[in-house]
Amino acid sequence: MSDLKVLIVDDEPGIRSGISRILRNYRVGYPFLEEDFGFTLTEAETGEIALEILEKQEIDIVLLDNKLPGIEGIDVLEQINKRNYDTAVMMITSYASLELAVTATKRGAYNFVPKPFTPEELRGAIESITKHLFLKRMTKKMSETARQIRFQFLSVLSHELKSPINAIEGYLKIMQEKQAGTSIDDYMHMINRSIERITGMRSLIMDMLDLTRIENGTKSRNLKEVDIIECAKMAISSMEPMAIQKNVKILTAFPESLILTADSNEVEIIANNLISNAIKYNRDNGTVTVSIFTDKTDLNIIVEDTGIGINAEEQEFLFQEFMRIKNKKTQNISGSGLGLSIVKKIIELYNGTITVESQPDVGTKFIVKIPFKAQTV
Amino acid sequence: MNSRKLILIVDDDIDFISQIKLYCEKFGYETMTATSENEALELIKTRKPDLAMLDLMMEKDDSGFILSYKIKQKYPDVPVIIATAVTSETGLIFGVESHEEQQWIKADLIMEKGVRPDQLQREIKRLLKE
Repeated sequence: MSDLKVLIVDDEPGIRSGISRILRNYRVGYPFLEEDFGFTLTEAETGEIALEILEKQEIDIVLLDNKLPGIEGIDVLEQINKRNYDTAVMMITSYASLELAVTATKRGAYNFVPKPFTPEELRGAIESITKHLFLKRMTKKMSETARQIRFQFLSVLSHELKSPINAIEGYLKIMQEKQAGTSIDDYMHMINRSIERITGMRSLIMDMLDLTRIENGTKSRNLKEVDIIECAKMAISSMEPMAIQKNVKILTAFPESLILTADSNEVEIIANNLISNAIKYNRDNGTVTVSIFTDKTDLNIIVEDTGIGINAEEQEFLFQEFMRIKNKKTQNISGSGLGLSIVKKIIELYNGTITVESQPDVGTKFIVKIPFKAQTV
Repeated sequence: MNSRKLILIVDDDIDFISQIKLYCEKFGYETMTATSENEALELIKTRKPDLAMLDLMMEKDDSGFILSYKIKQKYPDVPVIIATAVTSETGLIFGVESHEEQQWIKADLIMEKGVRPDQLQREIKRLLKE
């Protein structure tokens, strides 16, 4: 059970002890929460004392009478508001006028209970304020996590952008100082590596643009009837040069056409990424098989390769941003580490799923399933 | 004449490795290289380097620290340099100057990546007591 600290501010001892009695063994629980809330009570007889307590302790809920001997409740409220305490205030007062209620609400009071009140009324008000407080804190926590994720993303991104710049700069300095010889041929490897790093950086920037477009929401999505097979063929033909270089054969198994509602750009991004991975991480003279078919409920896109494979441990992180499997076999393969996370995000826009089956040194199979139902939405 | 001293270079960026390797060999050292913590641990099973130069962030953000610790455990007398781009990227500063820092960072020198070759040579010589 978690404990909420309640501060009762009232100059009448009878009211203070009455409230204490009502709340002492009171519990608030919600169906969606595992634990109940209980209340620990603190009392203050004036506004001045209340402010002192608030300064020293963390108080969750303040029950505040307006008519107090020194400063008024409404002034205490103003101070609470000014000092930004993480606390919820409920006014309790017998001289409730509309004007006071309006001012109190303006100054951040959560609600208003007129005196005299029944135990049920007080408990009802406490229940509602507890829920309010809980949700408020929950929301705050969640937005902090979102900010943290954003920050992590940016710091990884800056690392990923700086590493190629550092590498290229390093090579250029070596060339500038002629550290490896006097002939340009002595530097061929460095030149090739520099070009390779630039290619990688360009693909990172392109992927970043894709990712921001997806994250910005559906505004730029262009959903219409498209031929999935046509999109796949486009992707395959743009990957052909890369396949020829590695002598990888691309086999296809799909019907003549398959018309569905989708954004053709997005379908191409999916196909491009899966097929280019299947070529990049393949062995020389390997094969890539692209199958597209429909069953009762889903569109299925399956891309299978005969490549280096991914072990179970690596599969777990495969769809995370900037996740690149790093080992001896992959160190010469360039990539942004964003491709599969983009693919997954797009597939989720269609309420679909992507799964992977893989065996190291045998091959990898990516299975995309997109339900038709989502197509009509 | 003594045989050439052996420097272990560990970094997940193969271009950084090839650049450092080139410089170290020009300085007259022999090198062995690894692209991960585990690969480096395999290497030092059979050969003891005279000095190790490690990248900080490899598989994990603190791979360099962990590897440094393990090298020191096996070969307490081998000086370790951790090369990092962390400061320029995050503003975090690590040092091994104070006693307190030496308690948890088991390295002899934390060096920014991209230092000038002559500076690198000077530091290596200093740590090898040449």
